Amino acid sequence: MAKYKMHILVCGGTGCKSSNSPQIIENFKKQLEEKNLSNDVQVIKTGCFGFCEQGPIVKIMPDNTFYTRVKPEDVERIINEHIIKGRKVPDLLYTNPENKEHVSDSKHMDFYKKQIRIALRNCGFIDPENIDECISRGGYEALGKCLSEMTPEQVIAEMKASGLRGRGGAGFPTGLKWELCAKNKADQKYVICNADEGDPGAFMDRSILEGDPNSIIEAMAICGYAIGATKGLIYIRAEYPLAIDRLKIAISQAREYGLLGTDILGSGFDFDIELRYGAGAFVCGEETALIHSMEGMRGEPTLKPPFPAVSGYMGKPSNVNNVETFANVPVIITKGAQWFSSIGTEKSKGTKVFALAGQINNVGLIEVPMGITLREIIYEIGGGIKGGRKFKAVQTGGPSGGCLTEKHLDTPIDYESLMAAGSMMGSGGMVVMDETSCMVAIAKFYLEFTCEESCGKCTPCRVGNKRMCEILDKITKGNGTMKDIEDLRNLAAVIKDTALCGLGQTSPNPVLSTMDNFMDEYIEHVQDKKCRAGVCKSLMSYVIDKEACIGCGKCAKGCPADAISKTDYIAPGHKLPSMVIDSEKCIKCGACISGCKFGAISVK
Amino acid sequence: MTKVKSLAELKAMREKLQNSLDVREKSENPDSLVQVKVAMATCGIAAGAKQVMEHMMEKAEALKIPCVFTQTGCMGYCHAEPTIEVKVPGRDPLVFGHVDNNRADEILTKYVQNNELVEGIIPVNYATIDK
Ligand SMILES: Cc1cc2nc3c(=O)[nH]c(=O)nc-3n(C[C@H](O)[C@H](O)[C@H](O)COP(=O)(O)O)c2cc1C
Ligand code: SF4
Ligand code: SF4
Ligand code: FES
Ligand code: FES
Repeated sequence: MAKYKMHILVCGGTGCKSSNSPQIIENFKKQLEEKNLSNDVQVIKTGCFGFCEQGPIVKIMPDNTFYTRVKPEDVERIINEHIIKGRKVPDLLYTNPENKEHVSDSKHMDFYKKQIRIALRNCGFIDPENIDECISRGGYEALGKCLSEMTPEQVIAEMKASGLRGRGGAGFPTGLKWELCAKNKADQKYVICNADEGDPGAFMDRSILEGDPNSIIEAMAICGYAIGATKGLIYIRAEYPLAIDRLKIAISQAREYGLLGTDILGSGFDFDIELRYGAGAFVCGEETALIHSMEGMRGEPTLKPPFPAVSGYMGKPSNVNNVETFANVPVIITKGAQWFSSIGTEKSKGTKVFALAGQINNVGLIEVPMGITLREIIYEIGGGIKGGRKFKAVQTGGPSGGCLTEKHLDTPIDYESLMAAGSMMGSGGMVVMDETSCMVAIAKFYLEFTCEESCGKCTPCRVGNKRMCEILDKITKGNGTMKDIEDLRNLAAVIKDTALCGLGQTSPNPVLSTMDNFMDEYIEHVQDKKCRAGVCKSLMSYVIDKEACIGCGKCAKGCPADAISKTDYIAPGHKLPSMVIDSEKCIKCGACISGCKFGAISVK
Repeated sequence: MTKVKSLAELKAMREKLQNSLDVREKSENPDSLVQVKVAMATCGIAAGAKQVMEHMMEKAEALKIPCVFTQTGCMGYCHAEPTIEVKVPGRDPLVFGHVDNNRADEILTKYVQNNELVEGIIPVNYATIDK
């Protein structure tokens, strides 16, 4: 076997793949071959590094050099300079957004410094299509340990002691969930992995499945052993083709090694996994709807109880866990509950993966210990607000969550503290907003999403959310009244109390939390017909300052609505008559403002 | 492919495979390992740096010294090539010049393992050659 001195890791995640990383890999392989270096340097296609926005990512080991936005034509330079002569290619290195300096390697990047990678331990490190790489990182040894050294009760006890809670949203203790399912006697039970990932903006489950599918397979088998199930099902949305491919490869390799199938590792335990595809409806991520969808019925939730642990898939006891929850399991078994529970806060143990997005310098997938503060996430990992603007709020928990503000910046983040602040953990979406975001519009955005995704089974959600959405629309258009604000609150309370499933029960949260934190903005929209962020178009008007306008007419040429015409006023010192905007015709596209070289156009 | 029939077999398999990920595993926490930087610019390569690096990698493995080898550009000691920088955890980095196979062995057995000085140290007043 060749003894490679250097490894070139090229990201093969969804983000980087779509920006041409397969070509980069091909170029590396070809040119290393040509230069007679293919026995010294290995090229590996990995999963996501979490820094997709800066992709495609190429990382050189052992010096941890982290190249960003690499193009296929950069390959030659990397080989000639870095691989052959050991000189890093500066312009491809990550640039610190604050001081514009190149950062030599990932160990010195703020984005990675505060991260603790448990669920993402193998993502961006191994080749997910090669089970050997996973095994050489200790993969499947946790399963082996369970099967040969632990009873199912001991496995459950370990999980309970670890304090791991569900990462799919509700934060239910995982060990307890397994125990409840284990207690129910049945001829067949099921382990179900929820890979529906419906929260807009969240992509951690996809990244884990793409970057480290074997860990999920291993964890599901461990769960099967603990609860007494021999069948596993992964419910994954069909829009995740790469994750599906990698899962299929991993499942077939695991079967070949006998890590799935009958008599696993000579223990007598049988377990196998099948994939089920979802059509990408948000509500199908709710566990009862998910189970119905897998049974071939409509993806509609039903009342709990009965819980899946009693009557789940095909009426049999089933244990549903989220992808990220499963990803933690093998590490807990290998390193022990005590190690895991030493990370995090009193009631929330371990780490959480967040999809950091919005008006922030470094966006991407991050895994941080529970108890980290928003300030650390935003200003250290995230590198601060874009363009040095002012921080306004962070939306967590997606359409079920709410926003946190300045006053929460130093609160340690965990399930409880987010709840107390009127938001929730959810699946880990984290959208950072600055002063250019309108909080009423944000609330409307999330509510439109829930209206769209409501299955329509129960009235409060189907009709109530629609009414709330209409009211919000009215307010953003400048037609709201103070009574509307009151109505929003009342509707929200009724929907929360009476909706059938989690979707409806949490859908008013974004509205309530923005009302709690930014009531002044709601009132401004209603009373002053003003949107301070300049987002609500109906409340804005574009005007030309007739003294500053030199009459060049550039704006009129670029206006798609033909809304700009000449006046007969010539400002002192100018030669041509100034222009004016007809606010009736104007569609508020903003083209004129960016076109005017004299700064004569502004938004009021 | 043959099936893995026990935990012991799985562990044996990992041991066999582990080598292939060595380069990556070690770079996870380079500060706890002996770091060897080999100057691999034109003159370094001409002076045989590549061959010495290979020899030294093998020797380190045989001696079971956990090392991570990286290549760097010109260190500015063209007269003394091949040059290498050795950083043992807890000690300041040292640069050695005119490193051939024998000197490489000495560096590992004497300097790294026993903290004895060996010939060929280039007195330096540089920060580090991280760049
Ligand atoms: C509307 C709605 C959507 C949900 N979507 C998801 C999802 O996409 N992925 C997920 O893992 N859990 C989702 N859940 C939570 C699941 O119902 C369930 O609690 C979870 O899969 C349990 O796994 P855990 O204990 O590991 O978190 C959703 C819940 C609701 C109410
Ligand atoms: S709350 Fe909404 S999504 Fe849930 S069952 Fe009712 S209508 Fe369907
Ligand atoms: S904002 Fe757009 S539509 Fe309105 S005047 Fe300017 S260019 Fe025309
Ligand atoms: S897909 Fe490449 S870093 Fe995420
Ligand atoms: S090129 Fe090797 S020291 Fe200058």
